[in-house]
Amino acid sequence: MLMIFGYPAPLLFGQLLLGLINGAFYALLSLGLAIIFGMLNIVNFAHGALFTMGAFVAWGLLQYFGIGYWPALLIAPLLVGLFGVLLERVFISRLYRLDHLYGLLLTFGLALIIEGLLRNEFGSAGLPYDIPAQLQGAVNLGFMFLPIYRGWVVLASMVLCLGTWLLIEKTSLGATLRAATENAPLVQAFGINVPRMITLTYAGGVALAAFGGVLAAPIYSVTPDIGGGFLITVFAVVVIGGMGSILGSILTGFSLGVVEGMTKVFYPQAASTVVFVVMVIVLLFRPAGLFGRTA
Amino acid sequence: MLGFSRPQAAAFLVMTILVIAGPFVLYPIFLMKVLCVALFACAFNLLIGYVGLMSFGHAAYYGMGAYVAAYAAKGWGLSPEIAILLGTLTGAALGTVFGWLAIRRQGIYFAMITLALAQMAYFFCVQAPFTHGEDGIQQIPRGRLFGLFSLNSDMAMYALVAVLFLAVFLLIHRIIHSPFGQVLKAIRENEPRAISLGYRTDDYKLIAFILSAGIAGLAGGAKALVFGIATLTDVHFSTSGGIVLITLLGGLGTVFGPVMGAVIYTSMENYLAQFGSWVTVTQGVIFVVCVLAFRRGIIGELAARLRIAL
Repeated sequence: MLMIFGYPAPLLFGQLLLGLINGAFYALLSLGLAIIFGMLNIVNFAHGALFTMGAFVAWGLLQYFGIGYWPALLIAPLLVGLFGVLLERVFISRLYRLDHLYGLLLTFGLALIIEGLLRNEFGSAGLPYDIPAQLQGAVNLGFMFLPIYRGWVVLASMVLCLGTWLLIEKTSLGATLRAATENAPLVQAFGINVPRMITLTYAGGVALAAFGGVLAAPIYSVTPDIGGGFLITVFAVVVIGGMGSILGSILTGFSLGVVEGMTKVFYPQAASTVVFVVMVIVLLFRPAGLFGRTA
Repeated sequence: MLGFSRPQAAAFLVMTILVIAGPFVLYPIFLMKVLCVALFACAFNLLIGYVGLMSFGHAAYYGMGAYVAAYAAKGWGLSPEIAILLGTLTGAALGTVFGWLAIRRQGIYFAMITLALAQMAYFFCVQAPFTHGEDGIQQIPRGRLFGLFSLNSDMAMYALVAVLFLAVFLLIHRIIHSPFGQVLKAIRENEPRAISLGYRTDDYKLIAFILSAGIAGLAGGAKALVFGIATLTDVHFSTSGGIVLITLLGGLGTVFGPVMGAVIYTSMENYLAQFGSWVTVTQGVIFVVCVLAFRRGIIGELAARLRIAL
């Protein structure tokens, strides 16, 4: 068997893959957080709960309507995005003139409500969600077995992240969005409906989270705290990367997932804390974050 | 006296009478829980209310204080006052490190950093052998105060907790109304201006953070001795969220708000405990209502109506 640094290669590559998968979820979540923060100046504490909602919607679609994985991958983010529109219009939009803190507290409250209701309805045990037939099984890559679904998760989230980045950096819609982030009143003076743009940005960020939720459903069982478990780590990711850069948050998300996976091989005890340790180191040497501008 | 205005002095008198009379009317264990939580909330309010620093990870100091006090009392057989003192010092020491790291960033990042650091402390507690993982440290002896007075009766323990609570409450009040406290408020209102006046604001923020974390550790240590148990719940993120809610509900930056919030929250938790996750949902609803319609909190609203400072 091939050995690398004294560890069997399949183990190493297996953990690398797991790390990439977690990294994919970190990237999707921190990307959404960064977009929402840029436009709304709010740290969306409900992001984890909405990720969870994506997973539950996918499960519900299959359970009650017989709608499978592939349509759910589109429908769930759409539904959760619509729910995001509702949240933004009814609750969040009332806070724009206040301290950022209130946005954090409000969305934290919303997260508690969503997670509490899901736990009351479905319990904490977790509901199974099968891998779609087309993606079952594994391929032998020579140095390791790659479960097809896991490869798909990494690929799909990478494509989505890059797509979002292209949309924001390379299209005229994205240019308007970036302009509105810099100076909303000026953009509004050009006749662009900024409040609607803000609502849609929130919906978009939330839809990304929900998409992540659907991707995660077959890997982890569908539980009320599936997204909340990611969220605190994602906050650390966001502190490390800084929320100023879209590409930065994607890169930071994936690489920290990999760092976490590798730690599981070399020093398993530290696997749950390594992201926070990296955060401490970054705070010591680059307080503004790797891709951040000083506030 | 001690910087109390007249209405505050009157409110303090009422509170003291209630603290003394309480155990003759209500269950002392419940009241001790309220006092420990109130102490914890006052510590948290010192940061958010008077320096404007939002810590989302105060459970770390509270929970670590509880663990160390528990271990000192049970593992080393130390007397309760030393155990609580060690809990306090643990909170302060942890606060020194975490605070030093967190004050490098402002606003929303500060909140996220404190939260992430607290999560790190939580994972540490999950793995460290001395915390006994899911079981926690159980059957912690209350011991004898100064080696003399047995605390095994609830009334004796209550007396200790009540004295601690009132003393620390006065201490916090004194801090807030000292020249040091005035600088803290200046930082809350306008940090660049405080810097331009020549204050090293980072030093002030760090000292406030250490004080707050130390008092949180004290509250955790006292709680561990009262209930004879220190568990992962004490360091868990939900505890951090709970203390934010308590302070918000009572009134950020009011002297009596955290105490009022603690009374309501603990009663609610007791009452709703039988309804499973409805506690979480109710907490969420209170957060939303407070933020949207009730930002001054109960005591803050009352003070604004009566046009006095409470």
